[in-house]
Amino acid sequence: MTLNVLTFLFIGASFALYIGIAIWTRAGSTREFYIAGGGVSPMANGMATAADWMSAASFLSLAGVIAFMGRDGSAFLMGWTGGYVMLALLLAPYLRKFGKFTVPDFIGDRYDASLARGLALLCAILISFIYVAGQMRGVGIVFSRYLQVQIEWGVLIGMAIVFCYAVLGGMKGITYTQVAQYCVMICAFLVPALFLSLLMSGHLLPQLGLGAQLDDGRTVLQTLDEMLTELGFDPYTQGQRSTWDRFMLTLVLMCGTAGLPHIIVRFFTVPNVRDARESAGWALVFIALLYTSVPGVAAFGRINLIQTLNGPDQQGVAYEAMPDWFRTWEGAGLIAWHDHNGDGRVQYAAGSVADGGRPVFSGERGEMGERLLSNPSSGEFDPTRQPFASEIYIDHDILVLANPEIAMLPEWVVALVAAGAVAAALSTAAGLLLVISTSVSHDLMKRTLRPNMSDRQELRFARLSAVLALLLAGYFGINPPGFVAEVVALAFGLAAATVFPAIVLGIFCRRMNSAGAVSGMLVGLFSTLAYVIYFKFMGGQEAQWVLGVSPEAFGALAMVLNFATALVVMCLTPAPPESVQRLIDNVRIPRGTRWQ
Amino acid sequence: MADQSDKAALYWKANLRLIVISLAIWAFVSYGCGILFRPLLANISIGGTDLGFWFAQQGSILTFILLIFFYAWRMNTLDKELGAGEE
Repeated sequence: MTLNVLTFLFIGASFALYIGIAIWTRAGSTREFYIAGGGVSPMANGMATAADWMSAASFLSLAGVIAFMGRDGSAFLMGWTGGYVMLALLLAPYLRKFGKFTVPDFIGDRYDASLARGLALLCAILISFIYVAGQMRGVGIVFSRYLQVQIEWGVLIGMAIVFCYAVLGGMKGITYTQVAQYCVMICAFLVPALFLSLLMSGHLLPQLGLGAQLDDGRTVLQTLDEMLTELGFDPYTQGQRSTWDRFMLTLVLMCGTAGLPHIIVRFFTVPNVRDARESAGWALVFIALLYTSVPGVAAFGRINLIQTLNGPDQQGVAYEAMPDWFRTWEGAGLIAWHDHNGDGRVQYAAGSVADGGRPVFSGERGEMGERLLSNPSSGEFDPTRQPFASEIYIDHDILVLANPEIAMLPEWVVALVAAGAVAAALSTAAGLLLVISTSVSHDLMKRTLRPNMSDRQELRFARLSAVLALLLAGYFGINPPGFVAEVVALAFGLAAATVFPAIVLGIFCRRMNSAGAVSGMLVGLFSTLAYVIYFKFMGGQEAQWVLGVSPEAFGALAMVLNFATALVVMCLTPAPPESVQRLIDNVRIPRGTRWQ
Repeated sequence: MADQSDKAALYWKANLRLIVISLAIWAFVSYGCGILFRPLLANISIGGTDLGFWFAQQGSILTFILLIFFYAWRMNTLDKELGAGEE
């Protein structure tokens, strides 16, 4: 069977499963649509949370980021898992006790103000939209690579599937599909990871393989450090970021994770507070299955890649002798080659092959059939640091997709990875769409504009806004704004600088009032937006960074500003009313959480 | 009634104490071992690399899992002791 047929089979079978679940779990009330009826078991919710959380970025890009950044990538590993400790300790149990449907619900009731609710609503929608466009794009890329359909068709097929279970089933449909998607995704990640680890290190588990000794007695990481140093890179285990920036980046990723609305709402679906705490633990167990395998996959992938490109003698391999995957990805524009020294060999080393980093293809083919670049770099290099100039561009995202092919694993593994990538993108997209649709139907319509609406009408609005959000997400998937990659960091920064402090202060600071929380959120929102826009789009220079914090990490500083502003304003304004005090007492004690 | 609110205050105090302890461990393994103290841990070798790198890529995640279950377990006990949990 060819790879194409296999991929069709794997993706087709997974889609049939999702649609089956969608039909089985249609939502009949707003409670089912928003929080799956509130009766999801902690373990199932943990699994669904893991699928919700691990997006196309976790599945496809994370291993690539670690492989190419080495130690600098650790911030993502710690940040994206450490956030769950904060969720379990500082947010989930209390929000579950509060017992309503959304994040703006809590902020609006706690601060007793429609201004606070509106601001939280704006942040939730902004964060979710930034995130969802990238997911639809991820679906499109996988389809176009493996099924040779246009990216547009890939996005449309993905939209149709999400429509089936998100619009019909709401949270109920999403929860049970996400459980299935988690299983598909984790198999798709672990099968090649185990193969690769066994192949390279002799250990089945990549967690152990990472620390293994190779045949020559050196460890995997020592080998990698030496290989990279010889090619002019920084050693894998060192990294370039300053300690301070590394610290701030980890902080923003942790607090951002804890403040993401689509993750928080998952904890509204379990029966009681006890289950909410436990559920966060299960979520992290399921996430860690993938995240602790990633460093191994990354290290093996990088070694494998260097060996394949530079050959056993480390002098480069003739372009004609490159394996098939090399040309496939070159065709997709994710690999590029420019023969600086004219020896017909592919050579990989430090430095960029293209001016400005990204290659621009001229549309013509060279003598050997390679795609020519219109912006090759000068090809200068420091002979004391590396043996040759780099002639290769490699997109970080292809590492996970190309790994099975580079390691020459059987074709069904490649097809499985494709199905896993689609599952990862779809599960996250659905969770985000639900946040957008509940924000509109519940927080905007029911709680603000039309409080007298019946449950049936509200459900109709929820479905309608889910459809609109899906269409908009699909549009951005097909016509991606060039800045998607740049602004994903913004989603975490915004969550950390707005939603997270407002909720934590609402639970732990009895005296915190509406004026304090609103001014804190405003400061967090606008400082993050201004900083990212200035440094990403208006040509701000590294020398101008405030306190040496990169735009990716700025959310941490904005969060501190938010806390500080909120506390100062709180001291200058009156304490919240008696009704709010009762609400605080109520969320702090688990007793009496059962749904009526 | 007074007894009830006393218990609630006691419960909250115990909860805060547990949160502070857990977050201290959380910060120690991630920001401490993974980032700030790495130079100090450079000579301790584990899993083919130094302890700091291992904590940053593996150890902190494993500690996080243990922490959440530890907190959940302690809080469940506390819920029972002070009658704050579900009947």
